[in-house]
Amino acid sequence: MIEAPAATPGDRPTRRLLIDCDLHNNVPNVQALFPYLPALWREHITQTLFKGAGETSYPKNAPTTARPGSRPADDGVAGSELALLREQVLDPLGVEYGILNCPYAIDSLHNPDAAIALASAVNDWQIAEWLDQEPRLRASIVVPSQLPALAAREIDRVGQHPGFVQVFLPVRSQLPYGSRLFHPLWEAIARHDLVGGIHFGGAPGNPPTPSGWPSYYLEEYAGMAQVFQSQIVSIVSEGVFDQFPTLRVALIEGGFTWLPSFMWRFDKEWRNLRRLVPWVKRPPSAYIREHVRLTIQPLDAPSDPRHLVQIIEQLGSDDLLLYATDYPHRHVADPAQDLLAHLPEPLARKIAVENARAFYRLPLKSEE
Amino acid sequence: MVATMPRWEMRDRTRPALIDCDLHNELHGDAQALLPYLPARWRQHVETFGPRAPAGGFYPRFMDHREDARPPSGRRSGSDVAFTRAHYLDPFNVAHGILIPLSGAGGQQNLELSAVLSRAVNEWQVAEWLDPEPRLHASLTIPFEDPPAAVAEIRHWASDRRFVQVQFSGRPHEPMGRRKYWPIYEACAENHLQVMSHAFGSYGQPITGAGWPSFYLEEHVGPAQAMQANIISMVVEGVFERFPGLNVVSVENGFGWLPSLMWRLDSSWKLLHAEAPHLKRLPSEYIREHVYLSTQPMEEPHRPRHFLQLLDHFGDAVDHLMFASDYPHWDADDPDEAFPVQIPPELERKIYYENAAKLYGLGKD
Repeated sequence: MIEAPAATPGDRPTRRLLIDCDLHNNVPNVQALFPYLPALWREHITQTLFKGAGETSYPKNAPTTARPGSRPADDGVAGSELALLREQVLDPLGVEYGILNCPYAIDSLHNPDAAIALASAVNDWQIAEWLDQEPRLRASIVVPSQLPALAAREIDRVGQHPGFVQVFLPVRSQLPYGSRLFHPLWEAIARHDLVGGIHFGGAPGNPPTPSGWPSYYLEEYAGMAQVFQSQIVSIVSEGVFDQFPTLRVALIEGGFTWLPSFMWRFDKEWRNLRRLVPWVKRPPSAYIREHVRLTIQPLDAPSDPRHLVQIIEQLGSDDLLLYATDYPHRHVADPAQDLLAHLPEPLARKIAVENARAFYRLPLKSEE
Repeated sequence: MVATMPRWEMRDRTRPALIDCDLHNELHGDAQALLPYLPARWRQHVETFGPRAPAGGFYPRFMDHREDARPPSGRRSGSDVAFTRAHYLDPFNVAHGILIPLSGAGGQQNLELSAVLSRAVNEWQVAEWLDPEPRLHASLTIPFEDPPAAVAEIRHWASDRRFVQVQFSGRPHEPMGRRKYWPIYEACAENHLQVMSHAFGSYGQPITGAGWPSFYLEEHVGPAQAMQANIISMVVEGVFERFPGLNVVSVENGFGWLPSLMWRLDSSWKLLHAEAPHLKRLPSEYIREHVYLSTQPMEEPHRPRHFLQLLDHFGDAVDHLMFASDYPHWDADDPDEAFPVQIPPELERKIYYENAAKLYGLGKD
C-alpha cells in the first residue's frame, strides 16, 4: 500500500526565507543615549532623580522577558547588543530582514520636553548603532505617542531615513488611537508611507483594564490582547482608514487567535449601529483585512493543532499574518514548528516572508 | 395587546420550554419607582439630590428599547410584568426567566445610598415581579463597592431562593478578582448564589484599557473586552481556589472570545506561573469549571461552519453556555433566530434549558 507520507519538516526548505517582524533593540541604560541627548537632559539625568523612561512593560527577570542565553554578559539587558542579535537570530535563522521594535517607554514621560528629547535620542541611537551597522535591519520610529503633534514632528524629522519602516505605538494609551486627537499622527505616518506598529505594552498612567489595575503581571500580559481589540475598534470606528486610505497598521505581539470571533462581533455591531459612524462604509472585517496585519508570536495556540488551522481559515485571508520571533522575549510556542509546519507551503511562505515584504515594502534581495 | 411585530405574537404554545438568563425588569421613571420602597429620610434624599453614579460615559445611540415591547399602558418597555408575561413569557414558553434590573443602585458614589437603593430595588423586585409571576427569578442588587454592606444584603435575602445570583456591573472599580470583593464571594458561596456580571452599567471609567472611545458603537463592542479582563482577574487572583463552589456568570458579553482567551491565558501562565503560585491548575481548567456565559449578543460568523468550529473549540465548556434574550432591549436575540446556524438538537436543549437549569437548580416544569 502506498500512501503519501505526512508532511515533515524535512520536506521544507532547510533554510526558509524569513522576514522577522518583531525583534527588540532595548536601550541598555540611559547613558547609552547620552551621545544623542542635549546637554540639558544629560544634566537632568546625571544630577537629579530623573533617569529617563524608567517604566517597562517587561520586568527584567520575568521568564517572558528574556529567553535563556539572550542576556549579554555582566547581567546586561537582553536585546541590547547587536552582536548577540546577529548570532542568535539573524544568522542562524537566515533572516532576510528583521524589523526592530524598541519599547523604550516614551509614553510614560508626561513632561513633553523630556518625551521629545528622549524619543529623538532613541531614534538617533537606532540609526547610528543599529540601522547603519546592519543592512538586514529595519526599525520603528519611537515617538511621544501621547502628544500626537510632537510625534508627527519627530516622524517628519527622521521619516525619510530608509531604515525606518514603522512608527512604534504602545498598545496601551491614554485615549484610543482612533480619536481625532491622533489624526495628525496618522497623517504623518501615511504621508511617509510608514506602518503604524501597535505593540504590546505601554505605560500611559491609566489602567490596562476597564475595571482598573490588576494585581499580577500575568493578568496584564494575558489581558493585553483585549487592549489590542479596543484599539482596532477605535481606529476602524473613527474612520481612520477612510481618512487615510493608504494607511497600514500592524498589531505586534498581541496574538491573533482572538481575531475571527472579534471580527464576527464587530461586524454584527457595525451592521446594527452603522448609522452612528456613517463614514465606515464596509464591515469592519473588510477594513481589517485590507489595512491590518498581525505578528504570530505569541502564538496563543490551542492544544489541538486542528483548531489552530481552523482559526487560520476563519481569518478569511492569507495576507494577515506576519512571521515574528519576538526576540529576545520568550514564549512557549515556536512559530515555525507550531504554526508554519501545519500549513500548506504556499501559505507558510506568505506568512514567513511574502506578507511582510508587501506590507513593509521591502525590496527583494537575492534568494540565496 | 399592541401587535407591531406579528411574528412575535403568533407562537405555538406547545413549543419546547426555555430558560432565559437575561430578562430586564425596568424601573418606570427610574428612581421614582423606588420611592415607595425607601425610608422617609432616603426618599427625601433621592428627591432632593437624586441618585448619583459616576458620570461622563453616556453616548448618543439612536437605539433604545424595542418599540414592540412598549406596553399599551404607555409605561416604559420592560416595566410591566403583565405585558412581559403576555408579550414574551407566554408566546415563547419561557419556563424560567432570570431578571436583571439595570437600576444603577449598586454603583452609587454615596455608599450608604447604594445600600439603601439596593434594598429598595430588591423589595421592588419581590413585590412587583417575583410575587406576581412564579416563572421569574431575580438577580440580587448589591452595593458591590461596599462589600460589608453587600454581604448584609445577601444575608438579608438568603432564605428567598427566588434570588439566584448577585449582580455586578460590567466594570466594577477594581478587577473582579481583587481581594476587596472576596467577602461578597464568600457570602455567595455560603448561600449558593452565583456571581453575575452584566455588561455596561459603569460610567465612571472607560470601557477600554486605553481610555474613552468616542462612539456608542465602540461602547457596545466593549463589554467583550471588559469581561475578559474580569475573568482573567478572577482566575489569576485565585478566587476559584479560595471558593471552590463559586461560579461567575457573564451576561451580555457574547462568548466567542472564550476559547482564544483560554489559549492565551494558558500559554502565558506556562511561563509566568511562579508569580501566582496559588494557582494549582491551568487557567483554562478553572474557566471550564467556574465560568458560565449567556449567549446574547450571539457572535455571527461569516460562514456557518465557523460557528460549529467555535462550539468545537469550546469542548466541554458548551455545558456552560446558556440562552439569553436581553428582552426588551433593542439588540435582543429572538429565541427562534438567535443561532446563525442549526446546531445539534442535543446541544440546543442544553443551551436553551438544561445548562441553566443545572446551574440555577431550576425545576423541569
